[in-house]
Amino acid sequence: MFDWGPILLALAILVGGVAGAAVLTWWERRLLGFWQDRHGPNRIGPWGIGQVAADMIKLLLKDDWVPPFADRMVFIFAPTAIVVAMMMGFAVVPFAPGMQIIDVNIGLLFFLGMTSLAVYSVLLGGLASNNKYALLGGLRSASQMVSYEVFMGLSLMGVVMMSGSFSLVDIVAAQRDVWFCFSQALGLLVFVVAGIAESHRLPFDLPEAEHELTAGFHTEYGGMKFAMFMLGEYLGLMLISCMIVTLFFGGWMGPAAIAHWLPPLVWFGIKVCFVINFFVLLRAAIPRPRYDQLMSLGWKVMLPITLVNLVVTGGILLWLEEAV
Amino acid sequence: MLEVTLFYLASAVALVATILAMTRANAIHALIYLIVSLLAVAVIFFIIGAPFAAALEIVIYAGAIMVLFVFVIMMLNLGEEGDARERQWLQPRIWSGPAALSLVLLGELLYLMSTITGPASIGVVSAKTVGMALFGPYVLAVELASMLLLAGLVGSYHLGRRALEREG
Repeated sequence: MFDWGPILLALAILVGGVAGAAVLTWWERRLLGFWQDRHGPNRIGPWGIGQVAADMIKLLLKDDWVPPFADRMVFIFAPTAIVVAMMMGFAVVPFAPGMQIIDVNIGLLFFLGMTSLAVYSVLLGGLASNNKYALLGGLRSASQMVSYEVFMGLSLMGVVMMSGSFSLVDIVAAQRDVWFCFSQALGLLVFVVAGIAESHRLPFDLPEAEHELTAGFHTEYGGMKFAMFMLGEYLGLMLISCMIVTLFFGGWMGPAAIAHWLPPLVWFGIKVCFVINFFVLLRAAIPRPRYDQLMSLGWKVMLPITLVNLVVTGGILLWLEEAV
Repeated sequence: MLEVTLFYLASAVALVATILAMTRANAIHALIYLIVSLLAVAVIFFIIGAPFAAALEIVIYAGAIMVLFVFVIMMLNLGEEGDARERQWLQPRIWSGPAALSLVLLGELLYLMSTITGPASIGVVSAKTVGMALFGPYVLAVELASMLLLAGLVGSYHLGRRALEREG
């Protein structure tokens, strides 16, 4: 008997991911409007939710244009890379007990690999456009994402040490008593910052900083190709949120006392929504740093913090082992 | 059976991508094929029971080192002249010598491989096994590699610093 579960789940993620990204474009602008004391999109339908459909129709009907000076093959390939890589990343996320496409023993590394492949989208998009602003955006994103990947990987090693596995199912199971957000608070801090830098969202959206680079790497993109970049960015946001919940906030487990109130999938969804809203709040509250500030924050603050976290976690684990 | 099919499929992708990577005149196109080739090699690693090596192949080679390659190509901005020069280098009189010599080595390799008998895979090698091996019997190699990397780090810092001093 062929097991249809993973295939159905993959389809659900595909549809849910695209729909979620579409709704998020509206939700994010409404929330930003709320926090910044302005309206946001509120004209079409109740609370402006029709804006999602209006945007989609607009993007679909736009002229799908490839600039004559661009490298045609790479120009078309670039926006697909980020969407494919981010979608693949969802394959290892445990949404609920048994509700996961694949439980590989290298799940965490698979996620890191997929986010690192997403870099190519921005890089190649910037390069293939054959445009000064796009090239600058691509260059920035390359150094930003390669740097922050280092801390992203290292910040998770504390979690791996404490749970003794790269498998995300084991990591969730290891948080049965205490969530890792307490014992790995430093790791969480670095992972959140690195996660924003990886998905190049405000305040770390320097690859597309519009006041200096017009639109950065996607300056030459329009219509559905532009929409693919945006879809990739929102998928990245959702993937990072799912990973934060899985790694630091107990995944699908609710707080022990009230865990039985709701099914695991709902707990997971609630937590992911919280994290996404937190990311939107960061976008609303923090201004964009200068490029050199971003890089020195990474190498001079984030890297030492992760290394200290690594050494202290390892030391305490060894000490506890000795004590037993 | 499924594994064998997947193995040959991934191998075919790796071979075709590598050949295309060598023969493209445009550096960026060549790099994209090289990335595909590395991803195919990662799939091969996964199939023959080395998931950790597969993950590292993606994270480090495809995800970090190749990004730096693309980065350098972007900085150089070769353009049309670069393609033309590359096309000149792809003439038979340039590559026929090395190719003939490698063919001899390939023949030797095939002969040696045909004499080996034994299981194709030794089972799944977990991340833990790799870690135990690296920090157990091979700890000297790890230390030497870290020293080499440190030397590279100090060297690049020195060069970068001199450039900064000249500017300022």
